Amino acid sequence: MSGASVLYDVPGPKAKVRNRVYTVVGSLAVLAVLAFIVMRLGDKGQFDPEKWNIFNYAGVRTGIRDGVLATLKVFAIAAVLSLVLGVLLAVARLSDHKAVRWLATGFIELFRAVPLLITVYALWVILLSNRDDLSLTGSQPQFWALVLGLTVYNGSVQAEVLRAGINSVPKGQSEAAYALGLSKTQVMTTVLIPQAVRAMMPTIISQLVVTLKDTSLGFIITYEELLYSARQMSTNIIVNGEDVYVPVIIVTGSIYVAMCLALSALANWIERRGRRAKTGIGVAEAGEPVAATDALEVSDAVPAAPAGKDN
Amino acid sequence: MNVLLDYLPEFRDGFLGTLAITGSSALLALVLGVLIAGFRVSPIPPLRAFGTAWVTLLRNTPLTLLFLVAVFVVPQILVPGASPFVLATLALGFYTSSFVCEAVRSGINTVPLGQAEAARSIGMTFSQTLRLVVLPQATRTVLPPMSSIFIALTKNSAIAGAFSVTDLFGHSKLLSDKGYAIGWIFLWIALAYLVITFSISALFRVLERRMGVAR
Repeated sequence: MSGASVLYDVPGPKAKVRNRVYTVVGSLAVLAVLAFIVMRLGDKGQFDPEKWNIFNYAGVRTGIRDGVLATLKVFAIAAVLSLVLGVLLAVARLSDHKAVRWLATGFIELFRAVPLLITVYALWVILLSNRDDLSLTGSQPQFWALVLGLTVYNGSVQAEVLRAGINSVPKGQSEAAYALGLSKTQVMTTVLIPQAVRAMMPTIISQLVVTLKDTSLGFIITYEELLYSARQMSTNIIVNGEDVYVPVIIVTGSIYVAMCLALSALANWIERRGRRAKTGIGVAEAGEPVAATDALEVSDAVPAAPAGKDN
Repeated sequence: MNVLLDYLPEFRDGFLGTLAITGSSALLALVLGVLIAGFRVSPIPPLRAFGTAWVTLLRNTPLTLLFLVAVFVVPQILVPGASPFVLATLALGFYTSSFVCEAVRSGINTVPLGQAEAARSIGMTFSQTLRLVVLPQATRTVLPPMSSIFIALTKNSAIAGAFSVTDLFGHSKLLSDKGYAIGWIFLWIALAYLVITFSISALFRVLERRMGVAR
């Protein structure tokens, strides 16, 4: 039983007529807004064939392709590094040594509280001013600033997600492992982390979607990823004496949405698959990723029992 | 240390700018988010579809792209020459509204079924049920995720600084261009954001305590 249908009665004859009227009015309103947008853009000549013809040029196509590849490159490296950092920080935060615990907590809280853009920008300035010592050339300072910034921010968030996962593993599991004589490291690597990763998989992937979206911050520090190359193309190509922002933004926007939707679909699929399995602990719900993971308290996102969300 | 003292007015401007852009877009996001959540649970199919499309589209678009849309596309649709502040508010507010909508919708789902059933059985219409019975009770469960959303919004507002809105990021950029050590600037800016985010979570904790009801 979903929450929606409990909110209103099964429509009778009168309500059916009323709902039909609302349906027509609602569709007309939505269509009117869309038509208004399309018309205004059309008036400004944004749908002229000449403006859309630019996508037939090899230069524009390679520009978009290179942009997508650059975005994916940053995303791939940052995703791997942030997951590694996340595991390390989560383990450090659960360490028995006070100093290690405090250090990890401080790191996580600092980088989660500061906007990612400011971290990335600070790293960029630092790398730019030390580019000779680090022998970075060309766009490498931007690249590494973006990768490192994404890594420390998302690593901190992933660490909190993993910590919540580790805490959600029933205590009996680690007690049993200790009783068998496993060492602390063995308990962590062979018992706790595998279960935590499995339980938190949807949330981890949802955070990866956030990582993918945040690669667009490269735009601000002039790293030539998809958004920046789109911007460059829109200013440089002049058709009928005007720039081509609207077509380029529509195309790049669709590419971004498609990439993010593909990753989100993966998260949802894993969640459904996990709910079907009857063994082990439940899999966290996907779908609240950003809200939950941008928060100060991720530990709220501990997965519920395998019961699922329908009540 | 010296950076803060020498440029106190700039830091203050940036701080107030961040507060202003956060506040205005939070307001917009709240209104839009609740409205669209209402759409998503309504008995009218096109409105439901519109809500779903809105949320899916906005949640999967990078915020920087939305800013580009706001700066370059929106002026072509509406009046040209809107101020950067208004455009940034639109981008941030629309983006955040999709998260608010999802939080409100899951809050609506946590209200016990009997409440809505009782409301219906005494003859309330859909909008009455939602307005008078379900939403007031959903408020309590929605508060904690809402606090996370507004904290995320505060941090996202830094992007507005890159699109010529006066805020903390814009000023940190200016000062670092003037050659001050980025380390100190970073620490002070971080502190300023911490002040805002901690105030938000404190505010919501107070709200939760005042609205908390034993179930």
